[in-house]
Amino acid sequence: MSKEPSFRSNVRKVYQMLFLVFAMCVVVGGGMIYLMVNPNALDPTAPYEAVVEIPEVIDENLIENGIHVRTGLVEADGLMEVVNNCTACHSAKIVTQNRMNTERWNATIVWMQETQNLWDLGKNQEIIVNYLVTNYPPKKKGRREVLTDIDWYELTD
Amino acid sequence: MKRRDFVKKATLTSLTAVIGAEIVYGSKLLEGYIPLALQDPDPFKMFNKHPEMVVLNDKPWNIEAQAHLLDDKITPNAKMFIRNNGHVPEGIDAASWTLTIDGESVTREKTYTLSELKSKFEQHTYQLALECGGNGRSEFDPPAKGNQWTVGAVHCASWTGVRLRDVLEDAGIKSNAVYIGYHAVDKHLSGDPKKEPISRGCPMAKALQDETLLAFKMNGEDIPLVHGYPLRLVAGGWPASVSGKWVNRISIRDKVHDGTKMTGTAYRVPCEPVAPGEKVKDEDMCIIESMPVKSLITYPKTGAMISKNKALKIRGHAWAGELEVAKMEYSIDFGSTWTECAVEKPANRLAWQHFSAEVKFPKKGYYEVWARATDSRGTSQPMLLPGWNPKGYLNNACHRIAVKVK
Repeated sequence: MSKEPSFRSNVRKVYQMLFLVFAMCVVVGGGMIYLMVNPNALDPTAPYEAVVEIPEVIDENLIENGIHVRTGLVEADGLMEVVNNCTACHSAKIVTQNRMNTERWNATIVWMQETQNLWDLGKNQEIIVNYLVTNYPPKKKGRREVLTDIDWYELTD
Repeated sequence: MKRRDFVKKATLTSLTAVIGAEIVYGSKLLEGYIPLALQDPDPFKMFNKHPEMVVLNDKPWNIEAQAHLLDDKITPNAKMFIRNNGHVPEGIDAASWTLTIDGESVTREKTYTLSELKSKFEQHTYQLALECGGNGRSEFDPPAKGNQWTVGAVHCASWTGVRLRDVLEDAGIKSNAVYIGYHAVDKHLSGDPKKEPISRGCPMAKALQDETLLAFKMNGEDIPLVHGYPLRLVAGGWPASVSGKWVNRISIRDKVHDGTKMTGTAYRVPCEPVAPGEKVKDEDMCIIESMPVKSLITYPKTGAMISKNKALKIRGHAWAGELEVAKMEYSIDFGSTWTECAVEKPANRLAWQHFSAEVKFPKKGYYEVWARATDSRGTSQPMLLPGWNPKGYLNNACHRIAVKVK
């Protein structure tokens, strides 16, 4: 009668030991794999190993929701001519901020060629100017505009 | 941190792939140096700017404030607009920095180190209002070319330096001197080393004023890099482009300075008024000198909703170029009636002046509070846009904020 409880307790001990051995294997093995991946992990003098986190070179000319992501320009005929000729020296922001007609854009191009080292645009000039006047036309503002986009808030003090 | 480590370990080939162009002279890159193209492009961190500042342009950097950000009496760096014509210079060494005075009308060309300037000449501190000539350009119709500044291209910081006059006189000014022109180390956008992004100046009379400084401190500290470290010419009351940044040479000219952005339509307006959109010949354009009278409501921010029977406290600043602001008024009925309010004397000549008022509204509804300053010669701000000009300069129309009374 007394043999059965002692057998059971022996089984439990063996079981616990086996579990311990298994757990150690997991820890040591895991540690070794970690060391293989990070060889300097235990060397306090080793320099921090950088994770390369450079923005992925995604498609330079990715278009999302009709916008050329890199420049913010609207996708339309002539987009790449504008990107390639008009954003090498300056930001596209100065292009889209300005609203001009064909004549004034042509005059601006001449000014850039005379003073800013802009190259001859050849047949692209017409494509570029058409793109600009079509997609970024001048807006009538009159002598003083109505205040818009007011962000209303309660003033408590 | 991660980026720097990457650069250290990466090959030039992979750098080239990231930038999308070959790094010419790549083999000569200093170890650990991060090419500009890879540097953190967050302008708010890079220039320590307030998150509500508005980026108009990122190549070159042009950033403006909003009216409510300019509430401080002395504008801190975080809220100062940035106007650049070229690339911000890199690798500036103040210890080896020199300033050369040359030109047709200098008695003897002379070069000073920064420490010589600081020790040899008396130092002065002034609060100086600097406003971009094109502040307010966005309102012109037909639209005017350039960065579309709204109201935030103005600031009044405290500048410390030596008088330009003392330095020019030390080198010697010939009697035929007409103008000074500055030269600086910023780089042209095209990368052409022979081109200067901007090289402007002012007539001798302005150059010789007490308040015209060669400044090396702004608000008591080294001038931030983007605002001209280590040496900036500061000429309050004139288009801020006269206040050249990163200055290393000043020429005393025997004629009107003809550097970049002194000619054509740059910082020039029709000598005689023209109809909106009219073409103006080069010879009919005149260089802008003093800026016109102007004011800004900096508190409260536009869009305030208040309860009826409660007075609204407003405040702001007013400035008048070379002149002083003599009178400040506000209107809540679109200019039908104006109420005069308190305006302080300037801290010194060419500093902006502070105004304040308590505004009461007769009934509930939508209001606009308009502010109007008048200068010491009796000239006031217009409520409508002033004279159109090809580049949209000098818009000093009244500032206004929207208010709802409930």
